[in-house]
Amino acid sequence: MIHRILVTLAFACAAPAALAQDNSARNLTAPCAICHGTSGNPATKDVVPLAGLPREHIASQMRAFRDGQRPATVMHQIAKGYNDAQIDAMAAWFASQKR
Amino acid sequence: MKRRDFLKLAGAASIAGCASSAPSKARVVVIGGGFGGASAAKYLRLWDPAIEVVLVERELGFTSCPISNLVLAGYSNMQEISRGYDGMRRHGVRVLHDEALAVDPVKKTVRLARGGELSYERLVVSPGIDFNFGEIQGYEAAMQEGRVLHAWKAGPQTVALRSQLERLRDGGVVVLSIPPAPYRCPPGPYERASMIAAYLKQAKPRSKILVLDANPDVTSKAGLFKRAWSDLYKDQLEYRGNSRAIAVDAKTMTVKLEVDDVKGDVLNVVPPHRAGDIALKAGLITTNNRWCDVDWRTMESKAVKGVHVLGDATLSAPAMPKSASMANNHAKIAAAGIVDLLNGRTPAPMKIINTCYSFVSEKEAIRVSSVHEWDPGQGTLLAVKGSGGVSAARSEPEATYAWNWARTIWADSLG
Repeated sequence: MIHRILVTLAFACAAPAALAQDNSARNLTAPCAICHGTSGNPATKDVVPLAGLPREHIASQMRAFRDGQRPATVMHQIAKGYNDAQIDAMAAWFASQKR
Repeated sequence: MKRRDFLKLAGAASIAGCASSAPSKARVVVIGGGFGGASAAKYLRLWDPAIEVVLVERELGFTSCPISNLVLAGYSNMQEISRGYDGMRRHGVRVLHDEALAVDPVKKTVRLARGGELSYERLVVSPGIDFNFGEIQGYEAAMQEGRVLHAWKAGPQTVALRSQLERLRDGGVVVLSIPPAPYRCPPGPYERASMIAAYLKQAKPRSKILVLDANPDVTSKAGLFKRAWSDLYKDQLEYRGNSRAIAVDAKTMTVKLEVDDVKGDVLNVVPPHRAGDIALKAGLITTNNRWCDVDWRTMESKAVKGVHVLGDATLSAPAMPKSASMANNHAKIAAAGIVDLLNGRTPAPMKIINTCYSFVSEKEAIRVSSVHEWDPGQGTLLAVKGSGGVSAARSEPEATYAWNWARTIWADSLG
């Protein structure tokens, strides 16, 4: 038991420097915060909080904005800047955030 | 050893162990607590709590330029556009209310006005803009007397300009002079013209605002602004392109243009801009004696290693406005890059979003948006083809979203 904890600790300490860390979803979603708030929590009730929404829902709505199936004031223009893989990564990241 | 005791020990060991091998003692100093600097300080702490972050800011509070044009019309007030720096402290940012006087990039230190030096591993400079007053003869003296104002940094001049508008006689003339691009907030002057026109229409209907633009035409959302002006402010607003101010005369309340002179009762003359003073003192200005060129993958200065420049002070990438949204997102590029560099990783380029709302009446707004991504061939950020655009028309929903944007970006930057 103790041995396993020590191994885990050693790994946890070494990880940041030794291993590549994938921050791509975090970095892709960070710019959305100007309207949707830090980690998908906006400051007003006028915009949907993306934090904790189901990932399938976020991804399907982004595609609907992008492909012109869901009307919008702005999201149809923003969504066109992202491909399917990026949309899926962003949706998964927002879904995992705390509201 | 009991299991519980071991876990305590292991906890302590893991903190100590990580602290000695990881860069937990690295200090990042951020100069300037606006949209760029505050966001950088906050996101550095969010993304690597082991980094010590010191924010150097002259002012005790933050005053937002976005929404400040609404204060001029009486649709908002100074309290509503002001925020404190307590949110920064909650993220573990050390806030120093002081002024950075000089940067030594070899010793890696920042000299402070109140004495003393701050050493840094990486420095973030988010200085905003200062003005080339010298390009308009007589400007500085007239401004000192309060006879001409720019109100292009939200604060005391915003209050003073609002007060001049309130004292204006019905039938008086407001002159708004716009500098040549690039300047802070491309649609800002046209939003201001709209807000002043809306106030005049309601409170002093025989008065006029004369917009003198150094640029040949409206530089942002032109169709939407002109439509609003012809629909709403035909009797209040006159627009003239190619009208660059070269001098002001405070005695006769005259703005001198290259071709003729214009008199007004309120002179709101915005001088040409450049990167803020500390950028000049730190040797960060690279282009036209005005702007700071950066590597858009990390925001690191092309002139001084280890220094990252954000916001309006940068030599803008193609089709990138000098906006609050951009400064906030420059900060995230810098924060991600600095965290990677301090952890021995190679920074990855980021994709960022711009959105700028402008009010054209009390309850209606218009918008422009764009998505920007790294282009390895051209070595800069470029707008993603097919993305972005402007509002279909001015509308009340856009105004609702404008207020959401303002309150949310204030919270994202400072909260």
